Amino acid sequence: MSRMLRQLRPAGLIGLAILAFWLAMAAIGPAVAPHDAGAIVDMEVFLPVSAQFPLGTDYLGRDMLSRVLHGTRYTVGVALVAALIASGSGLMLGMCAAIWGGWVDGAISRTLDTLISIPSKMFALVVVAAFGSSVPVLILMAGIIYTPGAYRIARSLAVTVNAQDFVTVARARGEGTLHLAGAEILPNIIGPVLADFGLRFVYIVLLLAGMSFLGLGVQPPNADWGSLVRENMAGLYEAAPAVLMPAFAIASLTIGVNLAIDVLSGGRRAADER
Amino acid sequence: MTRPQLEVRDLEVRARNAAGEEVPIVERVSFALQKGEVLALIGESGSGKTTIALSLLGYARPGCRISGGTIRLGETDVLGLSRRALRDFRGRRVSYVAQSASAAFNPSRTVMAQVTEMALLHGTADRAGAERRAIELFRALALPDPERIGHRYPHQVSGGQLQRLMAAMALIAEPELVVLDEPTTALDVTTQIEVLRAFKDVVKGSGTTAVYVSHDLAVVAQMADRILVLRNGAMQEIGPTARILSAPQSPYTQSLLAAAAPVPRGADQPPAAAPVIAVQGLTAGYGRIGADGMPQIPVLRDIGFEIRRGSSLGVIGESGSGKSTLARVVAGLLPAAQGRVLLDGEALPPALAQRTPGQLRRIQLVFQSADTALNPRRSVGAILGRPITFFHGAKGAERDRRVKRLLDLVQLPAAVAERQPGELSGGQKQRVNLARALAAEPDLILCDEVTSALDTVVGAAILDLMDELRRELGLATMFISHDLHTVRAVCDEVMVLYAGACVEVGSRRAIHEAPWHPYTQLLVSSVPELRQGWLEERGSVRGPEVIGTDRPACAFFPRCSVALPGTCDRVAPPRRTLSKGADILCHREEADLLRAAIPAGP
Repeated sequence: MSRMLRQLRPAGLIGLAILAFWLAMAAIGPAVAPHDAGAIVDMEVFLPVSAQFPLGTDYLGRDMLSRVLHGTRYTVGVALVAALIASGSGLMLGMCAAIWGGWVDGAISRTLDTLISIPSKMFALVVVAAFGSSVPVLILMAGIIYTPGAYRIARSLAVTVNAQDFVTVARARGEGTLHLAGAEILPNIIGPVLADFGLRFVYIVLLLAGMSFLGLGVQPPNADWGSLVRENMAGLYEAAPAVLMPAFAIASLTIGVNLAIDVLSGGRRAADER
Repeated sequence: MTRPQLEVRDLEVRARNAAGEEVPIVERVSFALQKGEVLALIGESGSGKTTIALSLLGYARPGCRISGGTIRLGETDVLGLSRRALRDFRGRRVSYVAQSASAAFNPSRTVMAQVTEMALLHGTADRAGAERRAIELFRALALPDPERIGHRYPHQVSGGQLQRLMAAMALIAEPELVVLDEPTTALDVTTQIEVLRAFKDVVKGSGTTAVYVSHDLAVVAQMADRILVLRNGAMQEIGPTARILSAPQSPYTQSLLAAAAPVPRGADQPPAAAPVIAVQGLTAGYGRIGADGMPQIPVLRDIGFEIRRGSSLGVIGESGSGKSTLARVVAGLLPAAQGRVLLDGEALPPALAQRTPGQLRRIQLVFQSADTALNPRRSVGAILGRPITFFHGAKGAERDRRVKRLLDLVQLPAAVAERQPGELSGGQKQRVNLARALAAEPDLILCDEVTSALDTVVGAAILDLMDELRRELGLATMFISHDLHTVRAVCDEVMVLYAGACVEVGSRRAIHEAPWHPYTQLLVSSVPELRQGWLEERGSVRGPEVIGTDRPACAFFPRCSVALPGTCDRVAPPRRTLSKGADILCHREEADLLRAAIPAGP
């Protein structure tokens, strides 16, 4: 591991650093925030950057830094859990389809193809309209939308490994699905699957930010970065940091994850070449 | 003596190793070639033979660098050429024939378009001229239907034809030097002989200077005027072919020659013990099973044999003969359509899922390529430990102890347990592969081409090991190979498969002696012998490409040299026992076969 880190190019290190920062903030953000997220701390709205309010104030005069830090938990947390659901179920279904083949493969593949054929934004809007936009609904919705893509990737990787002789040997030994999937196939596909997981995470961040921007995501008084942008739209005329900072947070997270993915897949490739 | 066409002096190639240090992989290699001469580079994998061959094109593989020496072709200093000049140089003045033709052809373009590309690219001919030249080459390379074969796509011609087409591609621009890198290694013996003959005719006919890279001394003996023996990137010996073969000076060359000669192992007759496995009337294949009990695509037809404890059966045939399918059926991976497999007299369920863990334990598979047979992400300890835990329930220290004993059994140091397969050499991987099968403590091991991917010396060591284990542990083995040499060396009994039917089965001694089934005879006489001039003495054989669409009653009929038209293609051949003790599937009488066998000889 330390050897892998030493071989990283600066871009990869920056990506990992950004990602680590936001993950940490998702965990401890509210605890280190200088103010309560809902507290109005100044009568002046859309204050510029200052020593007292490092990111200025929002449209109600709340401390923007605290709002962003609180929002991290929603944006990163929801997207992380949803991406875990999507990649996890996609991975499991993909390995089952590869190992069992035949009609099981057909059934899983066709079902998920049906899901893929529904436009994702439309699906999201219908789900929110039907079940409201609570956090569990958002997580489940995003998880379901991105499962078929994760499944496609995992299945195609697993099918390739499944055809190799070492899997045939394990099969001829009478090994069960759990061993075939966990010990024989998974270690050989985990690199690309992790990279795909990162991408799905970014997609979900963007999907949820978009939903919140439309007012259909996390509901006030809670706010994720998307809704922070929406609330403070009026400040755009004054070039207030209140509208720019959450947008910047979204961008930095997206870029950070992408840089980190390159390291992950590239690092493994270098390891394979050795 | 005139100035040589090609001169290599003090060539040195360096590569970066895992620790990032530059180490020489080829050192102080010097040789010269006169115009029209063929030089063979011979050595095991890792000897630097391909690296040297590529450097003749001014090319080094990624991670490698030509760090010293000079290469002169004609008047050109190859290593001093600019990038642009190199592009013009390659293909036009020196060309390359790679081992795998199927990987070298673009599947979406016709053969003709690809063969003529080099001439058009370098402007040595216009399209019409290049196509005329290509057709001439097709004819010279003895390709069927030379006028029209160019219109086909790569998947529409056989492997041996594709290899010859690649030679045409290399020769189209009339280069001064042709580099052939193991061009027949991936081919069946019966195909190899035609390809070798075509190569030799064309190279000699056109007076091309050639460098022939191979690990097979017998092949090289047919092709080369001189031989350069390499080991670990250093020259061991260089000299005329006849001298190297008859009076090798370097001890390494002597060991190579010794490994090439077959060492008889095992017994001439199978030991008199109870059969571990008996197969009766086995028919198997792919697709839906019809009303007559035949699968849609039958691969094996009516196969029967027995393997006794401590004995080994060799299964031999060319690619597509069904030999790997046989192993899959016995292992339960492919359920048979008809017939029975008896383990110690007890019928085995055809499908894997119906077999008991005990039955699964007693039959183990060892695959050809240790690269794909070992999980690259698990340590050797984990790979060997799993079957021990799975079949014998041993865990923790007991398992580690057994892993150590297994490594000891296959003559590997205990420290190997900590390593990943990627850190092992080819021979070591194959030993781990074997050890994994032994971990189950089986009664029968099915070996599918276990030495085909290994160098001669390493392969011979694996065969020795297997023979030792077989005798020590009383194992029965089924040894699948396309190499008659290997099978004759390790097996007590040999079964010859052709198009899924067992055409001959007999003891090892019987397979050594004439008369044979005509197909066995073809195989026997196609194995290159380690002497010059063998290729010229060999009569022409008909390759598998002449097979028509309808299956005649005897599948070998279209290629058979003693076929009886009207009988062999209409009536299924009877099984008859020859006086040497082998059973064959043929219409011909023993006396006819014996007469046919005399010119070819063993």
